[in-house]
Amino acid sequence: MIHSSLAQLGAALRAKKISSVELTQTYLDRITRLNAQLNAFITLNPEASLAQARAADARLAAGTADALTGIPVAQKDIFCAKGWLTTCGSKMLHNFVSPYDAHVISQFNNAGAVNLGKTNMDEFAMGSSNETSHYGPVKNPWDTARVPGGSSGGTAAAVAARLCAAATGTDTGGSIRQPAALCGISGLKPTYGVCSRYGMIAFASSLDQAGPMGRNAEDLALMLNVMAGFDERDSTSLQRDKEDYTRDLNKPLTGLRIGLPKEFFAEGMGADVAKAVEDAIAEYKKLGAVIVDISLPNSKLSVPVYYVLAPAEASSNLSRFDGVRYGYRAPEYSDLADMYEKSRAQGFGAEVKRRIMIGTYVLSHGYYDAYYLQAQKIRRLIAQDFTEAYKQCDVIMGPTSPSTAFKLGEKGDDPVQMYLSDIYTIAVNLAGLPGMSIPCGFGANDMPVGLQIIGNYFDEARMLNVAHQYQLATDWHNRAPQGL
Amino acid sequence: MSLSLADVEKVARLARLAMSDEELKAAQTQLNNIFGLIAEMQAVDTQGISPMSHAQDVAQRLREDKVTESNQREAFQAIAPQVEQGLYLVPQVIE
Repeated sequence: MIHSSLAQLGAALRAKKISSVELTQTYLDRITRLNAQLNAFITLNPEASLAQARAADARLAAGTADALTGIPVAQKDIFCAKGWLTTCGSKMLHNFVSPYDAHVISQFNNAGAVNLGKTNMDEFAMGSSNETSHYGPVKNPWDTARVPGGSSGGTAAAVAARLCAAATGTDTGGSIRQPAALCGISGLKPTYGVCSRYGMIAFASSLDQAGPMGRNAEDLALMLNVMAGFDERDSTSLQRDKEDYTRDLNKPLTGLRIGLPKEFFAEGMGADVAKAVEDAIAEYKKLGAVIVDISLPNSKLSVPVYYVLAPAEASSNLSRFDGVRYGYRAPEYSDLADMYEKSRAQGFGAEVKRRIMIGTYVLSHGYYDAYYLQAQKIRRLIAQDFTEAYKQCDVIMGPTSPSTAFKLGEKGDDPVQMYLSDIYTIAVNLAGLPGMSIPCGFGANDMPVGLQIIGNYFDEARMLNVAHQYQLATDWHNRAPQGL
Repeated sequence: MSLSLADVEKVARLARLAMSDEELKAAQTQLNNIFGLIAEMQAVDTQGISPMSHAQDVAQRLREDKVTESNQREAFQAIAPQVEQGLYLVPQVIE
């Protein structure tokens, strides 16, 4: 059962071969047995999960079930869920029991899905290895001495280790795609504005986007059907007609034009990653695709532009954590300013403080034009490169991450080295495009490699089709870590 | 350019982050490394390019000016560090 797809689980539930309570309990038991090794979950609430499962079983019995009714879905701990501890991986929110639901959470609740628990993550989604979580690092299920990637590392590890049927992530600079690649699962970051940011704790608001993570493209399509949709409470939510993201899954790929950006296949990519990605491209040619050489000349500027824009927006967003209305307050202080400074100094971890300081500096008097405005202008140049490229191709492919999962502690105290691990994913967020990662083989030390598929705006259904056809022809997505 | 210790101290104050002398020194080194990475941006010619904040260049939606939220004071204050008689408590700021 734990290796079944969401469609198979949904069919089994509707046919009464298994109940949602049984399925939920199966996953809860696995989590109880394996979470100490992986640290993938921060919070479990079996009573709440099983209550939702019982309600789902009633709905299944009444014949009013939807595709995901009764299916246990883990939620990244960045999504506020009413009555659930919602920490965002931070000591700052160690006691924050959310009084409301994020839009994404209410969408899952309306669909009758079961909230299985809250997954571990880098603190405030700032990290690429899950090592910045206040609740300890997540371990990669393929090798527990290695990182799962980040920031949605708890979600990626939980899906890979079959601790949930599917789960949610968020992606500001690669936080869905990079951990999906490093843990050998599938993940999709939709076009900016497709999923509401309401109740999703803000990091960099012009880049943050929620998306599904799961075992295959078909599962992602079913998840996205639930997650996507207009919400007036998010001022950047896009007003669009409802889509069925499964609609194109079975289309043939004959004539599909795949753009390969020369900048993604230059120096910096590991030889093992290059081999797996090239093999995947060869498989696509067999499926009828044609290859187009393209160029994204400004993509090399993505990392510097991102490390101006994201910290700037974060410094503004995180100013709300002041020890007054919710979250952590320092035990001792002399006056109001001292209370703010101590609460924030003690409540935030090192990486979060670093990014707040970068952001505060680039937004401070006299530097705005040189940094924030210049970064926003280059952001447009980066987006225009993609617009040009899509005149010649339908999707763009390349590696998700330059290497497979690295060892815990390996990138140590050098933030710049860590930042460079997001080199292939960041441009997609800056352009606001949809991007995904699917497993395409194994590299050094038998660790998974991810293939990145970048689509044009609102082309999620086509990307899912492209991923699904590959997954019908290959079985990388069905491989699971041993011993779990 | 590089940040002096005084710059870092000023940034920490603006960001409302209490930091010890050692933390400030460590932050100075790390911030300067990061600004080294960012410096690459400065050489790019962006004359005539308009800044981009949203990929779809959508306009801000407007809505009718009416009350949309209900009063949830008790639920919100139940998770506050310190409240009294429905008010959030902070150290005294006015004598």
